[in-house]
Amino acid sequence: MSRAASRVRPSDYPPPFSPAEVIAAPTDPSGERIEVGLLVVGAGPAGLACAIRFGQLLEESPETAERLGDVPVAVVEKGAKPGSHLLSGAVVNPRGLRRLFKGRLTMNDLPTFGEVHGEAVYMLTKSTAIRLPPPPTMRNHGNYVASLAQLGRFLAEQAEESGAAILPETDAQKLLVADGRVQGIRTGDKGRGRDGQKLPNFESGSDIVARITVLAEGTQGHLTGAAISHFGLEGAHPQLWALGVKEVWKVPKPLGHIVHTLGWPLRKPARYGEFGGSFIYPMGADLVSLGFVAGLEYRDVEFSVHDVLQQFKTHRIVRKILRDGERVAWGAKTITEGGYHALPKRFNAPGMLLVGEGAGLVNVPTLKGIHYGVESGILAAETAFRALQRGESPSRPGALDGYDEALRSSWVTKELHAVRNMRQVFDKGFFVGGALASAMTVTKGKLPPREFSSEPNARHALMKTDRAKSYPAPDGKLTFDKLSSVFLSGNRTRDDQPNHIRLERHVPRELAELWVNMCPARVYELGDADGDGTVTVELSPSNCVQCGAITAKGGRLTPPEGGSGPEYTLA
Amino acid sequence: MKIAVCVKQVPDAAVTKRIDPATKRLDRSGEAALNPVDANAVEEALRIRDASGEGEVVVVSLGPEKALDALRKALAMGADRAVLVSDDAAAGSDLVATSYALARALERESADLVLFGQQASDGDGALLWAAVAERLRRPMISQAAELTFENGSVTGKRQTEFGYDVIRASLPAVVAVADSINEPRYPSLKGIMGAKKKPQDVVTLSELGIEPDRAGSAGSRTEVLALSAPPPRGDTRKIEDDGSGAEKILEFLAEKRLVQ
Amino acid sequence: MTTLVFLEHHEGELQKGSLGVLGKAAGLGHPVSGIILGSGVEGLAADAGRYGAATVYVADDLRLEAPLPQPRVDALAQLVEEKGIETVLFAQSILSADIAAALAARLDAGLNWQLVDLEEQDGVLVGKQSALGDSVLVDVGWTSTPRLGLFRAGVFDPVETGGAGTLERLDVRFEEHSLLAEMLEQAHEETSGPSIEDASVIVAGGRGLGAPEGFGMVEELAKALGGAVGATRAVVDAGWYPYASQVGQTGKNVSPALYVACGISGAIQHKVGMQGSKVIVAINKDPNAPIFEFADLGVVGDVNQIVPKLTELVRARSS
Repeated sequence: MSRAASRVRPSDYPPPFSPAEVIAAPTDPSGERIEVGLLVVGAGPAGLACAIRFGQLLEESPETAERLGDVPVAVVEKGAKPGSHLLSGAVVNPRGLRRLFKGRLTMNDLPTFGEVHGEAVYMLTKSTAIRLPPPPTMRNHGNYVASLAQLGRFLAEQAEESGAAILPETDAQKLLVADGRVQGIRTGDKGRGRDGQKLPNFESGSDIVARITVLAEGTQGHLTGAAISHFGLEGAHPQLWALGVKEVWKVPKPLGHIVHTLGWPLRKPARYGEFGGSFIYPMGADLVSLGFVAGLEYRDVEFSVHDVLQQFKTHRIVRKILRDGERVAWGAKTITEGGYHALPKRFNAPGMLLVGEGAGLVNVPTLKGIHYGVESGILAAETAFRALQRGESPSRPGALDGYDEALRSSWVTKELHAVRNMRQVFDKGFFVGGALASAMTVTKGKLPPREFSSEPNARHALMKTDRAKSYPAPDGKLTFDKLSSVFLSGNRTRDDQPNHIRLERHVPRELAELWVNMCPARVYELGDADGDGTVTVELSPSNCVQCGAITAKGGRLTPPEGGSGPEYTLA
Repeated sequence: MKIAVCVKQVPDAAVTKRIDPATKRLDRSGEAALNPVDANAVEEALRIRDASGEGEVVVVSLGPEKALDALRKALAMGADRAVLVSDDAAAGSDLVATSYALARALERESADLVLFGQQASDGDGALLWAAVAERLRRPMISQAAELTFENGSVTGKRQTEFGYDVIRASLPAVVAVADSINEPRYPSLKGIMGAKKKPQDVVTLSELGIEPDRAGSAGSRTEVLALSAPPPRGDTRKIEDDGSGAEKILEFLAEKRLVQ
Repeated sequence: MTTLVFLEHHEGELQKGSLGVLGKAAGLGHPVSGIILGSGVEGLAADAGRYGAATVYVADDLRLEAPLPQPRVDALAQLVEEKGIETVLFAQSILSADIAAALAARLDAGLNWQLVDLEEQDGVLVGKQSALGDSVLVDVGWTSTPRLGLFRAGVFDPVETGGAGTLERLDVRFEEHSLLAEMLEQAHEETSGPSIEDASVIVAGGRGLGAPEGFGMVEELAKALGGAVGATRAVVDAGWYPYASQVGQTGKNVSPALYVACGISGAIQHKVGMQGSKVIVAINKDPNAPIFEFADLGVVGDVNQIVPKLTELVRARSS
């Protein structure tokens, strides 16, 4: 096995992009701007919880609703429908949802696949599976298995009933900032051709101006990243991400409990930087959701989470679960993994609030963030509501600090703090990291006391081993290639659109290989060698399922035309 | 001119379509979208209305309550009004029953022009325009790729297997448009937000005066008996080219009578 | 069981598809009649007899000259009612689809379409319908008579039975609304070849062609076979061929009688656009290309050698 190490780092080849491009002043004449009261960007659990809670508060305060005009609450969503771009395991802690729907709905009214009935954690090698006691951070009693895409659709219906206008197929391209405050967003154009030319049905984007804008974009939020940069909100440590690829299978034999695995096919030594594991969740009597998650700090250019998932399925315990089954869904998405140390130093700016995963609110050791999204959405709604009372001005500096205070003193932050070093220690490799992680759990984060830092995902030097040799050839029954998987995600993105991925196109071969293997949707391909040691990277942007991995590893994903991308229904 | 556009909500193409083995009908429980070629019909209606500077575009559909979503998309594009015929008794309607119900709904509208999209992506509802034209006892033009209007008539250019025809029909007429007729517009944000406020009527079959024995399975004249996997394509032959690849292909084509 | 088959004609010839359905119907063992509608069409009756019709109804009327559906509905409805015909069958075409559907409404008769076969099971007529993009085969029936059936284009080949049908002339009474459409121009050939959706032959090119110039030979083969040119998303993305020719999930859906895939791997995004093709021939140098799993004939070889040679052979044969 060659251990060729190069000094090539993805961060040395930054994409042609600057966050400043995403910030702009409103340009539409004031008569043509769309005016709303509260604008939420992203119809995920955080954004929809915010819209629902705000609607509840408006119910009790019709004068406030009046003052917010014709559209008191609007939620924009770049996917074809709410849920189209939502993907998770998922095992949901119901805490936030119970609070959101208190007195109106119970967990039984929500679309879930029931409570977790037991769990098993395994350490895998290629041929064995050793059962481990679930670490305290992984106990799931009282939690629910759900499809986040389904839950998202349900929450969107609830938001509509509580008075929100849901605007799907609407991508937020720019954050409108003027006079030092956030004024809303600019939506993207529709009907542009591959070279940016206007097609016959061209429709220009619009300025949507709002009293308060809540960014709930989830992982790799386009506006969120630019806003953090613009307002200087970066946290103490760089944000980190993992990539998850999952499938849903229809199986004849129901799985009774949830399963997590560590170990194989990931490699333990620290130099590979392979951190992650798998999940297998029963969804009702005949469906199983399974996925593999790996941190994007891996070094090997041949690493492919999609193929590791395929490899994982060949383990005997997984084969058994999937026996005689049929794959019915596939998807991929990054997960924010920086934890407490990477949280922005402030979650608000004049006229703006940050909620959910976009704000870094994910508990890495427990693999949960949906309940944080919901809770932060609720707190944001409550702050926004207060700031919109008569006599208040939401764009006054500090007007929205109440949100920060509420979030920092909430159980969300307490939990994130308790597991704050859990993720970064695994940079040291599995064994060392594992021991440290146990120490942390037992002492609730107090030991070891030093803050471990981590490099941003893109700053790790690359290496090449023969990892790809171990990936199974797709057999179309148990293991599948990327293209047929993209098909199963429901992706039917219009082909003749402008390319939405910003990337340095002439890069050393190892870097191109990194991207080719990394992308679960086969967006990147090796083009011709350029004669000076670099190759051209070719793109098929319409394959893109907008997982966000490229942004973590040296490029930049921007939202394509609204309505593009996957159409997850069971993810 | 008053233009009625018949639209249909079909299972989203993104979701793998399947027939429910229990009911033997298309499983429509998944997400649903406006039938793509109906968007072309709506677009054509809007262009006709806007070109003449006056008139009304009404979208009409037969389906469950959630078909209102498809109708709303048409309203967001700019249609003025929506009528949904929604009734549990209509479930399982075939061409005979569906065309009857739609015709009754359309009679109430007395439109000058009734537009359809030429094909439904879910297979049902295909050919509806011809059956509806017959029930309304009005002339029809199908597969229209271009429409022009003169006093009292509509002229359509359409592509057939043999070339293109130009057909003129007296108004009121029923026209099915091909997807090559136009590029449907994207609904503007203002359009999406304003759609909910536009009039949307939901009517039942009895409100249309449709007798129970003419609706649903009772009013249908065809039935689904069984489902099975399609026959495999037959043996696939794979050969290595040893220099005679082209000849072998020709032989194969001749065998299948695909060349003279 | 009396069965009537609508026989479409064009430029003095009965259409192959209709004759195929006629042969199928005759094969079911019951007396079958055919109907020919037009102006100056009596001469076609003999062919109908040769291909299986025991009786041939002919309505010769100037009002039937143009291939418009509604006057034909009048003729068929009249005949069905006069003769008590139980089953009326059509071969798919733009014209016959309109006629069949309108006739269903006129007679309140069940119409099953997309049929690929027809059987008698215990004396009951059962149709086989290919549905959902050819992913499922549905057994369909009729709950009353008359029964109307519309067969997919080209499912049956005509079979000469060598018979002679008895000619019966029909005088049609037309409804008022049937005469409100007028053919102003008919069957004008476009200067370019058939559009991809209507073509019965498509020759398509993919990345395996190697270079955009490869489409030159694809076009030549298409011309020789009288077909249209198709392209995969990958080559359209790369600018080798226009988007209008793209076949696949985000392009066009085609189901020609013959699809020749040149240098196409057969990824599912492409497959779903052409899997309904009756016959698929694939040429690709990669023996593991997925297309070989569903092509009726797959040739592992160099497209740049095979395609021009094939074009030559096709041309030689037709001259």
